[in-house]
Amino acid sequence: MNTFDLLMNGFGNALTPGNLLFAAIGVLLGTAIGVLPGIGPAMAVALLLPVTYAFEPTGAFIMFAGIYFGAMFGGSTTSILLNTPGESASVMAAIEGNPMAKQGRGAQALATAAIGHFIGGIVGVTGLVLLAPLVASVAVDIGAPDYFAIMVLAFVAVTGVLGASRVRGFASLALGLTIGLVGLDPISGQPRLTFGVPQLADGIDVVIVAVGLFAVGEALWVAAHLRRSAQEVIPVGRPWLGREDLRRTWKPWLRGPFIGFTFGSIPAGGAEMSTFMSYVTERRLSKRRDEFGKGAIEGVAGPESAASASSAGTLATMLTLGLPTTAIAAVMLAAFQQFGIQPGPLLFDREPELVWTLIASLFIGLVLLLVLNLPLAPAWAKLLRIPRPYLYAGILFFACVGAYAVSGQPVDLLVLLAIGAVGFLMRRYGLPVLPAIIGVILGPDAELQLRRALQIADGDVSTLVSTPLSIIVYTLIVALFVVPLILKVITSRRPAADTPAEKEDERV
Amino acid sequence: MTVTEDRPGPGSGTPAPGGLRSWLRGRSELGVSVLLLVVGLLVVIDTLAESGGGTDSDPIGPRTIALVLGGALLLLSVLLTIDILRGGRGEAEGGEDVDLDAPMDLRTVGMLAGVLVATAALIPLLGWPIAGTVLFAGATYALGSRAFPRDLVIAAAVSLVTWFVFDTLLGVDLPGGPLMAVFGG
Repeated sequence: MNTFDLLMNGFGNALTPGNLLFAAIGVLLGTAIGVLPGIGPAMAVALLLPVTYAFEPTGAFIMFAGIYFGAMFGGSTTSILLNTPGESASVMAAIEGNPMAKQGRGAQALATAAIGHFIGGIVGVTGLVLLAPLVASVAVDIGAPDYFAIMVLAFVAVTGVLGASRVRGFASLALGLTIGLVGLDPISGQPRLTFGVPQLADGIDVVIVAVGLFAVGEALWVAAHLRRSAQEVIPVGRPWLGREDLRRTWKPWLRGPFIGFTFGSIPAGGAEMSTFMSYVTERRLSKRRDEFGKGAIEGVAGPESAASASSAGTLATMLTLGLPTTAIAAVMLAAFQQFGIQPGPLLFDREPELVWTLIASLFIGLVLLLVLNLPLAPAWAKLLRIPRPYLYAGILFFACVGAYAVSGQPVDLLVLLAIGAVGFLMRRYGLPVLPAIIGVILGPDAELQLRRALQIADGDVSTLVSTPLSIIVYTLIVALFVVPLILKVITSRRPAADTPAEKEDERV
Repeated sequence: MTVTEDRPGPGSGTPAPGGLRSWLRGRSELGVSVLLLVVGLLVVIDTLAESGGGTDSDPIGPRTIALVLGGALLLLSVLLTIDILRGGRGEAEGGEDVDLDAPMDLRTVGMLAGVLVATAALIPLLGWPIAGTVLFAGATYALGSRAFPRDLVIAAAVSLVTWFVFDTLLGVDLPGGPLMAVFGG
């Protein structure tokens, strides 16, 4: 069967009442989560993990994907109407969208964002349809050394490229890897870091880690700094666009997805990097550069369409290589593992129905989202009035339900609290959460691949660099470290034009 | 990016007599270094206590990665300490509801932690509906809501509905406790 037939089969499955219901629940939940402060798509999927044990995997992933894309739509509503973007992906929408809303052009900003997300999503998912089977068929032949190299790349990239401080990124990664180490070693059966506690022999369940880091850590952190005065939400009418606006937005809408898909598919910052690159591009190409920062509609259109396309790129990498590049992809990978399904090149061969139904439902979800968000954005914005004590009490409540549901032991709530405390510390001292969660989820697998590779090669370490792909990947890793160093040397040789304080920030 | 405004001047690396406490206060991030150090030591000691290296079928065995990781944790602890002493600071995370200008309200955080511990203790005794009500109502109270009857009613409703949906519809086993036994649940 070729890709088109597979996709059509997927549509056939996705359009059954049950799967449509999952898609609808997903996009509704996703939009709400995107609008609500303090709760992001990764946290939402983590909270839902225990619930989905009762479902079959296809329905669960349709819902998760709906949440992912829905949160992108909803997130821009918040950042346009309330100048404090919670999700890092909607920072750019706030920079241009919020001034627009203040000038009374909120309706246009919302419409630009919603249509941008729709176009970006459609182009991105089309890219996924065209590229994913190709990547999967090439990747089928890659072996344990390649996998290990790619995972090391993921660790280094999410840790070293993102964030201001490398030492803090690697500290976070090391803590995550340590949590992943707890339990019986899968190959030898030897206990590691269990300290004789029988409950630790199975390891710390990834649901508890994800819920603890994302939900409890976030709730505790917000509680410590809860804004006491309510923020003003800019009132806005039904979104619409005039002819002049359309003339200015259609090119950014179409350019955004290419930037977004590319940066979303590599482990270099997901939607955050995508929206930033798109914003910079639009500012450079614009004839009205002076408007940027004061409400340039191009600065909403490009980044927002890049954001949704980056979600598709992230999914492409997760499905074809089993490699998470963002927090939500990491949690979705954990969900796949819970269902006993291994994402990666073989997924397209082994679970074609699941994959293609999921992809088809992405198209359906995007249409649903456009219908839900274009006319109804002002209604969604009412969610911002929810009293904060209820919101964060609810997050803690469902975190506890989820952690308890994992194995029905009250002691798990104490583990949850301990991991939440780690999450709190990380937020307080600028340790990024993403490397930690990637470490927990990917760490055990990386060790397994390393030992499998050495097993096959009878302990010959040179096997790790025995394939072309692994050599390329390690070269990339070295480049990731060396290039910033060279750049630093160049900038420090330049006469002190920029402020010295800025340079000193570039530490370790 | 780091906040550098409170970067210590030259010579302030050694605390003035009696100023040790205030010196430490600006560098509370050193606690993260200590955490990394403790975790690193735990990993190394726990690994060395176990016997068994590699075998023919598993050349590096279960200890190698753990030792490398433990070493990395210790190294990162040192690097982070150096960074902090040179004036580096981790940037606290912002958010829609986060007001970083306000001082940290650790009382609320402590109350929330207490509510979570109480919930863990109450579940086996009273079941989810009641423990969940305590959890939700306690958390709203800790977070500053004082609408007394309304908070309790909402908490009870959320808790009961969740219990019903999870236990009955989704098949996730949540204990009903004595209250539900009365209703024959």
